[in-house]
Amino acid sequence: MALLQISEPGQSTNPHEHRLAAGIDLGTTNSLVATVRSGRADTLPDAHDRHLLPSVVRYLPNQDPVVGHEAKAVAADDPLNTIVSVKRYMGRGIEDIKNLGKRLPYEFVAAESAVPRFHTAGGDVSPIEVSAEILKHLKQRAEATLNGDLTGVVITVPAYFDDAQRQATKDAAKLAGLNVLRLLNEPTAAAVAYGLDKSAEGVIAVYDLGGGTFDISILRLNKGVFEVMATAGDSALGGDDFDRAIATWIMQQASISDDAGHHQLRRLMRDACAAKEALTKAETVPLNIELDDGSFWHGQLTREQMNQLLDPLIQKTLLPCRRALRDAGVTADEVQAVVMVGGSTRVPRVRHKVAEFYGQQPLVDINPDTVVAIGAAIQADILVGNKPDDEMLLLDVIPLALGLETMGGLVEKIIPRNTTIPVARAQDFTTFKDGQTAMSIHVVQGERELVSDCRSLGRFTLHEIPSMVAGAARIRVTFQVDADGLLSVTAREETTGVQSGIEVKPSYGLTDSEIETMLRDSLEHAEDDVAARKLLEQQVEADRVLEALAVALVQDRELLSEEERQRIDKAAANLQAKRDGTDHLAIKAAISELDKTASEFVARRMDSSIKKALAGHTIAEIAGETE
Amino acid sequence: MELTQNHFELFGLPVAFDIDAHQLAERYRELQRALHPDRYANASDRERRLSIQHAAQVNEAFQTLKSSLQRARYLLQLKGIEFDDEKETHLDPAFLMEQMELREALAEVKTETDPLASLTEIMADITARQQAMEDQLRQLFAANNEQTRQQAKQLVQKMQFLVRLQQEAEELEEELVALL
Repeated sequence: MALLQISEPGQSTNPHEHRLAAGIDLGTTNSLVATVRSGRADTLPDAHDRHLLPSVVRYLPNQDPVVGHEAKAVAADDPLNTIVSVKRYMGRGIEDIKNLGKRLPYEFVAAESAVPRFHTAGGDVSPIEVSAEILKHLKQRAEATLNGDLTGVVITVPAYFDDAQRQATKDAAKLAGLNVLRLLNEPTAAAVAYGLDKSAEGVIAVYDLGGGTFDISILRLNKGVFEVMATAGDSALGGDDFDRAIATWIMQQASISDDAGHHQLRRLMRDACAAKEALTKAETVPLNIELDDGSFWHGQLTREQMNQLLDPLIQKTLLPCRRALRDAGVTADEVQAVVMVGGSTRVPRVRHKVAEFYGQQPLVDINPDTVVAIGAAIQADILVGNKPDDEMLLLDVIPLALGLETMGGLVEKIIPRNTTIPVARAQDFTTFKDGQTAMSIHVVQGERELVSDCRSLGRFTLHEIPSMVAGAARIRVTFQVDADGLLSVTAREETTGVQSGIEVKPSYGLTDSEIETMLRDSLEHAEDDVAARKLLEQQVEADRVLEALAVALVQDRELLSEEERQRIDKAAANLQAKRDGTDHLAIKAAISELDKTASEFVARRMDSSIKKALAGHTIAEIAGETE
Repeated sequence: MELTQNHFELFGLPVAFDIDAHQLAERYRELQRALHPDRYANASDRERRLSIQHAAQVNEAFQTLKSSLQRARYLLQLKGIEFDDEKETHLDPAFLMEQMELREALAEVKTETDPLASLTEIMADITARQQAMEDQLRQLFAANNEQTRQQAKQLVQKMQFLVRLQQEAEELEEELVALL
């Protein structure tokens, strides 16, 4: 029985007001939004009590895009204007997309940037914009249900997503007007939902086979800490590929030619998917396939036949399973539980093969569709500050190595795969010409030795290098990957201490100005709306900064002298005054002024929290060093 | 975090080769609980930046201390012993000969009747050698004088050879399993 907390009149049990936060599972096939209410995490349904939102967006001339069930219903009739499985195109170039299948299911237009666009009746749209429509829809659902604005969200991504795919997801959230607290890896989110539910400890494996992506993560659960030991996967393998394998078989059986039209192909995919789903229960399923001439082909598919079609694909998931175990340094016997996530784990053959691999029955009692969104909601609730005393901590890893292009198109690895994030590594470079003031660094992600076999993330051009004789400059370039798995690069010439300017040209992402343009386009009264939005953004930021400061001053007031305290108070008062005005640039300046004034305080607080973390361990213990 | 702190001090552990793995992991979790960026999701940008830097440093220190090879190398560096990985290292001929033999064995695995079984055998051999070297390291660090430190340096360099060999063996294993 839950005990009611009784507080004295006028005293709140919680110094913060409850903030609205949500977890979003932006899936290949379906998307979900979940939130924590009264201590319970639940997915939120639409007005028709449907929790899953099909990740389908239809574009028509002169009207807003149609998202979800309505769009899905006509996907086969209007294939070119109805975008399904957009997640597979996130952070991908046109060349990658061609590798996804023999035939492209959409018409693409080459854009000026590396981001391809779908050509639809409603205009040309990038995968980022399509994803943003899905996110906007979920945002509206959450805000209508919760009756207020969302302060922040956690969006899940496949653990095996590379930097470009993560950045694309974050850009989509920005377009949708969402404040992203964290990009969370899907298997980690599932582990949170599962681990907290079962109060599990020890090593678990999360096998996550979704519509378009596959992840395997090995985690160690210990007193609220979820430590990812290793992750592996395939960001282009999922239920869609099962459907395609079945569709290809049907085409052979029904003598449908390879150059069938878009409509025929989309119908085939739909029928293949239906057959696959039916075969999770039935042993045989009848097939009635409508052909382009209006006639029907009749046939049947047995589960045994389907298993044969799927086996090579399932086998492709077991290699990463093996690699993850090895990278984690554990054997299959040490895995205490195997958690199944993602709709494709409903296929009996998948369960059978996974059970065989780990030598134990996987857990299928949790809903594989909703568990990721629920884990994300739990994390969002903590990050937004609703549970200040919660001990939960998620330690994740980078899925693929980061490297640099060196002579001869070879890759020099800077950060190996499965390194815990955040991580920072520095590398020194020098100039090879007298008076050289610029140099270019090509950053790639992947495990292979040749640049051409890895994924290009971007080219970083360093300029403002102080002019010196060849070889004299020592440029220290620092690669930092944050908790979202996103890379940033900084550079400094060490002998002079001069910070180099860095210009980034993402290989498959949008530049800041492109995002700005999209934002502009998405708003009706562009100029006014953009200005209003900028003001609002700065006001929200100012509130956040002021509140964080207020909390810090209560917790650590003893770290400040009276004089320092007064200077900080003055800068805070100035920010409060500007915040209530209408000049977004003035607010921005006041935020940066306060930030500078409080910098020493911030550093002291960080040191003090380290000391507190190790408190209880005596000095003698530390001093008693032998060697 | 003070820059003068070495990895051991950061974790509140004695500067020594022998380390309590359980305690190390425990301290690591305590530090990350205090420093991880997720703890600063609502803090100022400066605090968030600092937290990323500090959490990254704690991760780096943990990785170094966790591996006996990296820990040994780090300890020697703290004692002023330099490693120059670019330069050709002078290791004793007997060791180099052994390395060549192991490499040849690895190269021939694919032509064996049961490649995976042969590979498993070689990998077990590599692991056993690493274990023996680790025991040797422990003794050298216990003696702790200039001469044993130089010997430890040589041993660390040898262990690095074995680590590379092990990586190649693992890649080969992956290749073989994919063919099954």
